[in-house]
Amino acid sequence: MSQLILSSLLNGLVYGLLLFMLSSGLTLIFSMMGVLNFAHASLYMLGAYFAYGISAKIGFWNALWMAPLLVGVVGALMERYGLRHVHKHGHVAELIFTFGVAYLIEEVVQLIWGKSNVEYREPESLMFPLFSFFGVEFPAYKGFMLLVSVLIFIGLLMVLTRSRVGLIIQAAITHPNQVAMLGHNVPLIFMLVFGVGSALAGLAGVIAGPVLGTFPGMAVVLGSIVFVVIVIGGLGSLKGAFIASLLIGMLQTFAVAINFQFSTLFNALGLSPGDEGIIKDLYRVSVAQLGPLLPYLLLVLMLIFRPRGLYGTRDV
Amino acid sequence: MSAAIELKQVYKSFGSTEIIRGVDLRIEAGERHAIIGPNGAGKSTLFNLITGRLGVSSGEIEMHGESITHLMPQEINRKGLSRSFQVTNIFPRLSVFENVRCALLWSRGYQYSFWQNVDRIPHLNDETHQILEDINLGKKAQVPAAVLTYAEQRALEIGITSATHSTVIMLDEPTAGMSRFETEQAIALIEKVTQGKTLVMVEHDMGVVFGLADRISVLVYGQVIATGKPEDIRGNPAVRTAYLGEEADHVASR
Amino acid sequence: MNPIISTPRWWQRPFTLTLIIGVLLIMVPHFLSSKLGIAVLNQMFIMVVFTLAYNMLLGQGGMLSFGHAVYFGLGGYFCIHFMNAVAANGWPIPLPLVPIIGGLAGMVLGAIIGSFSSSRAGTVFAMISLGVGELVASSMLIFSSFSGGEEGVTTDRTGFGSFLGLSFAQDRSVYWLITFWMLLSVYLMYKFSRTPLGRMSNAVRDNPERVQFVGYSPRMIRFLCFMASGFFAGIAGSLFAINYEIVTEETVNGLTSGVVLLQAYIGGVGFFAGPIVGAAVFTLLQTLLSNYTEIWALYVGIIFVATVMYAPAGLSGIVMMHRPIAQNHGLGQLLKPYAMCIAPALLAMLGVVGLLETTHALSVGEAEFSLWGLDLDAHSLVPWLSWLAIIVAGATVAKSQWNAMKDAYENELQKAYRAMESS
Repeated sequence: MSQLILSSLLNGLVYGLLLFMLSSGLTLIFSMMGVLNFAHASLYMLGAYFAYGISAKIGFWNALWMAPLLVGVVGALMERYGLRHVHKHGHVAELIFTFGVAYLIEEVVQLIWGKSNVEYREPESLMFPLFSFFGVEFPAYKGFMLLVSVLIFIGLLMVLTRSRVGLIIQAAITHPNQVAMLGHNVPLIFMLVFGVGSALAGLAGVIAGPVLGTFPGMAVVLGSIVFVVIVIGGLGSLKGAFIASLLIGMLQTFAVAINFQFSTLFNALGLSPGDEGIIKDLYRVSVAQLGPLLPYLLLVLMLIFRPRGLYGTRDV
Repeated sequence: MSAAIELKQVYKSFGSTEIIRGVDLRIEAGERHAIIGPNGAGKSTLFNLITGRLGVSSGEIEMHGESITHLMPQEINRKGLSRSFQVTNIFPRLSVFENVRCALLWSRGYQYSFWQNVDRIPHLNDETHQILEDINLGKKAQVPAAVLTYAEQRALEIGITSATHSTVIMLDEPTAGMSRFETEQAIALIEKVTQGKTLVMVEHDMGVVFGLADRISVLVYGQVIATGKPEDIRGNPAVRTAYLGEEADHVASR
Repeated sequence: MNPIISTPRWWQRPFTLTLIIGVLLIMVPHFLSSKLGIAVLNQMFIMVVFTLAYNMLLGQGGMLSFGHAVYFGLGGYFCIHFMNAVAANGWPIPLPLVPIIGGLAGMVLGAIIGSFSSSRAGTVFAMISLGVGELVASSMLIFSSFSGGEEGVTTDRTGFGSFLGLSFAQDRSVYWLITFWMLLSVYLMYKFSRTPLGRMSNAVRDNPERVQFVGYSPRMIRFLCFMASGFFAGIAGSLFAINYEIVTEETVNGLTSGVVLLQAYIGGVGFFAGPIVGAAVFTLLQTLLSNYTEIWALYVGIIFVATVMYAPAGLSGIVMMHRPIAQNHGLGQLLKPYAMCIAPALLAMLGVVGLLETTHALSVGEAEFSLWGLDLDAHSLVPWLSWLAIIVAGATVAKSQWNAMKDAYENELQKAYRAMESS
């Protein structure tokens, strides 16, 4: 039992921090430009695929820095030549544009790499168990993932709160016009933030690809979860994104691990359903199967009762 | 007889900033009442409080004796109060004709009907045409509202505001940004559409104010420092110091 | 004389128009004996209803929904269960009446979900619709007694007796049923847009605040539109169930929601006929294009993004842009400048297609392939360079002619407006 809890905790942490890497970029971009980038998870996918291609030629460690850079460039270009152009048609048009880009990226990925999983594996050097606790092995690669995520988090914090660029960005997030009048090149800042946010998503893809699988549907799978995270955390809040990422990460991981079937509950309550029908489905279903539903349920509930999320400052 | 609009000890704060600081105001039915004051005095906020766009922090607002303090804007509108906006607030993608017709629908009883064809309701369309003629936009009936000139859009704004069956019409800086000629046309229009109704107006153009208003209230730093007939306001030393300055003499001698 | 819209002629009146088109469409099977042709039309008509229903929210009401497949798919599920129930119990209900059930299901669902979504617009509304859509799609896999799990639910049309002498085992009869419902739905949705509620939903799209100050509650308007849109989406779902005799989780999932958005936008959301055009074009691309290339979905994606960026008013928007010029008989003047720009642009597009097809050939490992009668080898540099050259040449020439084309359009438009004002 305790080994289940421990392994779920660790896995939940890894997954949660991964979600944070994705959601931090997305929420920053939303704060700055008011646009929810549907294609953010697609950039995550690109990161994984780029890393796959690069690591096959010149190794994983090179892919680690080259792939995110490439994805960052793609993101910056998307902002400069795409979003900026569509911006004048309004928020709805921007949303639809990012949606179209997401669709396009998925098709392009299928064009180049095909429709099935690709064999993107972690490097040999990290294929060993890091430690064992109560008989549970924790692979070194996941430890590596944790390390990278934590470093990124600290790095983001430092840059945003201590550096000059970070302060300008914080200001531009809430008061772009004033910042522009102070002489800063706000469009350039936007492009930069978009590029860095995209690069972060790409990095998430690079490190998650071997673990979560690299396939054309990976953007869709993770994309909606990331939206849930930033809505629950509060659009525009990094702190909210962090807490919500860990929350959702833990929730999903534990839900999968808990082998609780509702039949136990029903029997305990003295209920026993007939042979067919919805009740029978509910009876047979386990928490693990409901796992995928939980984030969306939370999303809808949050949007109805508290659209600002846990720590949001901007009402959408 | 109850006043058209009455404000009792109305306060409004945004966070820790007090914008409206204890306003008592009584606007009589059928009168033309102008609210003037320096920038930042809270005139638009007052408008927004009366029309339900903002909620009061404390105090009561009544219309014809009924409390409208906590009602939604559409509920207040249905009771007979309509307003125009300082920044033109029309339906840009609809035609001029549609803009005015939309303003007529509720008050003429059509509500959420999804079984009647608006094109086939003669008196609705005739009324719309009439209003368009009144605001001199008859020739531009089918033009999308976004394409009109600024002055034409302001005229449309007034048209939409007066189209509903309202007894109280509130105009927020109706002549803002207009030339002398356009202002005179706007004044004529306002006089025409507010016949027999109560008019409350925020204005900066003193010529318009002194020409149209029966009574004037002066709002300074969220408080009404004087209310009265134009001559009294002109002569009031407090008002002079706070706001009018030399302009009053200039206008008075016209 | 009003400048933009002229009084409709007798054959432009909605009812007459519907009747005429109806008669034409009904005669189609007599001329078109190909099964594929009828199948394509069936799919197209179903999508027309679905996309128009979707546009009641987007283009008419200004509400962007990423989860509209919920009403389509669940309408289909309810309809198919109803069909099975009718067949099992022998109720005397003719097949043509069945779509109403799906419509009602869609409407009730629209009411339920609209009750909490309609207080918001814009991004929050879009996100709620996304969340609800994902919730429903995932639930379908769990509640397999209702949804049949991954295999879906099937039915058999022949369980219904014949209606007016038509047996629904025949393709033609199904085609006529679908055509009838399509025409009815299109007509009703058009009529809806001309009602007070329909007009006010346009107003809510433009300026929800102003709507309050003319006496309406924006929330109530959105809510009612939601119900109406759900109703017609449910009808489309029922037609789907009747046509394919199966409903699966795919009918409620995000892909279907995405496709309807695509169709509406490509056709143009600002005009009533836009979604009709979009549904028709998309269905043709999907059915015909897929015979010629495996990467047709990529082309659709490119068209979509290009539409969003450069022609946000969609295909119908482009057509309507030229209406005043057409009324002023100025289209002839545009032929040359347009051709000078569009022809090289088409050439560049052919180059892009060639490039993408060659990439695809390389990626699937069939490096030697044929395209447009040419035998190409993806391993050699020749096709790559040729495509690039064609793209660059076409794009450069097109770009140089762009301003001339724009000026020609502006000129003719001004001429048309002046002609209208002076009449």
